[in-house]
Amino acid sequence: MLPIQPSPRRKAIAAWFQDRLAWDSVREFIAHKTVPVHSGTIWYAFGGITLFLFVIQVVTGILLLVYYRPTPSEAYESVQFIVTRVAFGWLIRSIHIWSANLLILSAFVHMISVAFLHAYRKPRELVWLSGIVLLALALGFGFSGYLLPWNTISFFATKVGTDMATFIPWMGSTVGRYLRGGDAVGGATLTRFFGFHVAVLPALTSLFLLFHLGLVQKFGISTPPWVEKRSRGAGTRPPQMPFFPDFFLHELMVWYGALALLGILAAVFPWELGQKADAFASAPAGIRPEWYFLAPFYTLKLIPGHVAGMEGEVVGLLGFGLLAFWWAALPFWGARPDGTVRSKLVTGGAVAFLAYLSTFSLLGYLR
Amino acid sequence: MKYALLLLLLAAARLPGKDSCLECHSQMTGDLQAPASAFQSSVHFQHGFTCADCHGGDPNSDDPDASMSKAHGFAGVPPRTAVPKLCARCHSNPNFMRKYNPSERVDQNAEYATSVHGQHLAKGDAAVATCIDCHGIHDIRAARDPLSPVYPLNLPKTCAHCHADAAHMAPYKIPTNQYADYLKSVHWEELSKRGDLSAPNCATCHGNHGAKPPAVSSVAAVCGTCHVFEEQLFDKSPHQPAFAAMSAGTCVVCHSNHAILKTSDQLLGGKNAVCGECHDPDSAGGKTAAQAAGLIQDLQSRIAAADAILEQARTSGIEVSEAILRQTDARQNLVKARANVHAFAIQAVSQPVQAGLAIAAEDYRAGEAALKEKNIRRMGLATSLAAILVTMAGLWLIIRWLHSART
Amino acid sequence: MPPARRNIVFWIFGGGFIGSLISFLYPVVRFLNPPAVSEASVNEVVGGKGQDLAPNAGKIVKFGTQPVLLIRLGQTEWRAFSAVCTHLSCIVQYDAPRKLIWCACHNGQYDLSGKVIAGPPPAPLKEYAVHLRGEDVVISRS
Repeated sequence: MLPIQPSPRRKAIAAWFQDRLAWDSVREFIAHKTVPVHSGTIWYAFGGITLFLFVIQVVTGILLLVYYRPTPSEAYESVQFIVTRVAFGWLIRSIHIWSANLLILSAFVHMISVAFLHAYRKPRELVWLSGIVLLALALGFGFSGYLLPWNTISFFATKVGTDMATFIPWMGSTVGRYLRGGDAVGGATLTRFFGFHVAVLPALTSLFLLFHLGLVQKFGISTPPWVEKRSRGAGTRPPQMPFFPDFFLHELMVWYGALALLGILAAVFPWELGQKADAFASAPAGIRPEWYFLAPFYTLKLIPGHVAGMEGEVVGLLGFGLLAFWWAALPFWGARPDGTVRSKLVTGGAVAFLAYLSTFSLLGYLR
Repeated sequence: MKYALLLLLLAAARLPGKDSCLECHSQMTGDLQAPASAFQSSVHFQHGFTCADCHGGDPNSDDPDASMSKAHGFAGVPPRTAVPKLCARCHSNPNFMRKYNPSERVDQNAEYATSVHGQHLAKGDAAVATCIDCHGIHDIRAARDPLSPVYPLNLPKTCAHCHADAAHMAPYKIPTNQYADYLKSVHWEELSKRGDLSAPNCATCHGNHGAKPPAVSSVAAVCGTCHVFEEQLFDKSPHQPAFAAMSAGTCVVCHSNHAILKTSDQLLGGKNAVCGECHDPDSAGGKTAAQAAGLIQDLQSRIAAADAILEQARTSGIEVSEAILRQTDARQNLVKARANVHAFAIQAVSQPVQAGLAIAAEDYRAGEAALKEKNIRRMGLATSLAAILVTMAGLWLIIRWLHSART
Repeated sequence: MPPARRNIVFWIFGGGFIGSLISFLYPVVRFLNPPAVSEASVNEVVGGKGQDLAPNAGKIVKFGTQPVLLIRLGQTEWRAFSAVCTHLSCIVQYDAPRKLIWCACHNGQYDLSGKVIAGPPPAPLKEYAVHLRGEDVVISRS
């Protein structure tokens, strides 16, 4: 708590609430929550930033919902209406898009930093796994939200994206139909994506988010093994700082910084709406997905039509499946049964993963 | 006599599906085979006509001596001078043509007789165009068939076949540059590039069957079939009596005849202005032309300025669709002002220009207001950023104080 | 830190915090405030009151950003077409005596189903649907 002596009146008000809310247990809990202090403490901020951006997404998303209409004949027009007619509509929409992009970026940073700080190790395997699920859900938000303005680029990106799903062996066509709500991207896809975007995914995300945060509360914030080892050698406890107010104030500062960045991005680089989608028009040149899907998109482009008697796309999807599985299973191959980490293996793996994602995203972007 | 009549009837009454001309000639080679295969893509073949309908003879007989005998009316290749009459047998017969197309015209031959082509042919000159030179010989297609040589897109080339041939035209002492000129014209551009089949080709101005250059006095009327306003304005303008007195060809004096270029404001003002060819820059006419050019130029640049500022506002996400729509009105006034040049009176030009200027000015103001709105947005952002920065500074001070309080 | 300076620090933080909250909430409140034009739909537009247009007359109505020519043929018969001439994008008008749609720029003429009947326009005018809703004449994409 802040090292100030509260005045008698404040004490009285606090006592009044204490009698009615019984919040001393919460205060107690917060008072004892600590954050490890070491050279990598800064990385702990990214979980919080992601959470904060998620809250912004919820707020701006709900606001957009007031005017948005999820039908092919009205979707584009309603977004246009929001951007041009509704006061500050351009700002709310721009913040929603920019915040979405920053959210995925900060979630990535959070995940990679967790790998490098080895925070996934026992007993936090499920925190890692729920985090992976949350990232997948965030990507699902991005993919479904991209279509909602119903403009040419989003229409064809969705076409390409859902086409990829049809290459999954055996159940490809079923998955494709399931995603699109039919055999082709159309009005059914739009209402379906809308439903996913504003109801199904938020519900799932809330569940997994509660689980993720609950576990973080339960086990506290992980201290990197080398910090633990160093302090064990010195015979002390690893240095900690109180979560409240120290870490929280830092976090608040970072959030405000993120807000300032969002405001600048949204006001100076408002997101273009583009042209209304026309299902019968030919695909415009240079169609590519959002940046966070560029790496798999570009990889699929590079894979030849047929590899070892299988279709290239099938091989690619199989590869991505294995890669995702390998990465999600990190806590299991990255730590020994006794709980110590295979530090070099994980760091090497994470560097390789990061190198693949960044080079292929960049190549996909430059093409 | 009775028998002869019966025989004739038999010859005319062809057995269904039997056409020995086509059967034999299809199996021949070279010049004897070519007509047979060409004929099968013709509109005549589609409607069930046979070789015998033009060439005579008996298509029921497989014996060449019988089928192509004089007795059966075989005529062979008709002489060029006889072609119009041959075609006219059917095409000038209303009762006959009605069976195929009730609204089909039947005056082509009469028109042809009035054409320069027809008049020369009547004098025995077989080198001029007859029906077959434009429509094809055996593979005659309907004029609306895109493969027909008289289809709008193909017609200029068909006329040019003779009219761009210097040797062919030498005896008639007429120029051969019309086709080359026409290919430079805005009319051909509209026809070929935009695919506007109603854009004028040779026949639109010269007539088709009655092809003849329009008389000097009727040029304005010819152009006026499409350019209605320009004609009306011109007729009331001081140029009308002046040009008539000089027997000058009205429109073509400024716009040329075959090489009618896309009009631009350069025609009116500037170094290459056509007005300057007659009017001294210091004369009343020269001054009026310069004034009109200035007015139009002004409106055009004001519209462009409003367009630019509105586009700038639109791309910064500010609602200006109302003003953008109103720009259409301003632009229409510009079109009107340009058409009104043909009244050759400053009043006619300045009126739409003033109307257009008022609209363009209003739209420009709307654009300015939108850009002001953009600045207000930036100010709002700055205010919010200032509050954020103050909060962050406050937080930083609190954190610093916390540290100092602990140690 | 003396309490006086501490208070200043808290005032800075508090002032900034409240100021920033206002700057976040202001756009949100304004966003939720119904805009002047209450609907996004450019799928239909009210072309005015029925009695405002005499029979055998036409007028230009704004449909989104596109001009539309609304024509009242008889007491109850209405038609609407895109008012942009397909030739050089001039605005067409209704020619009451001849009962046709006419473009003043190059004498393009369209019949009352939008078909080109004379002049240079290369394509017909797009037709819109017209319905009467109470007194309002409603034009919509057909």
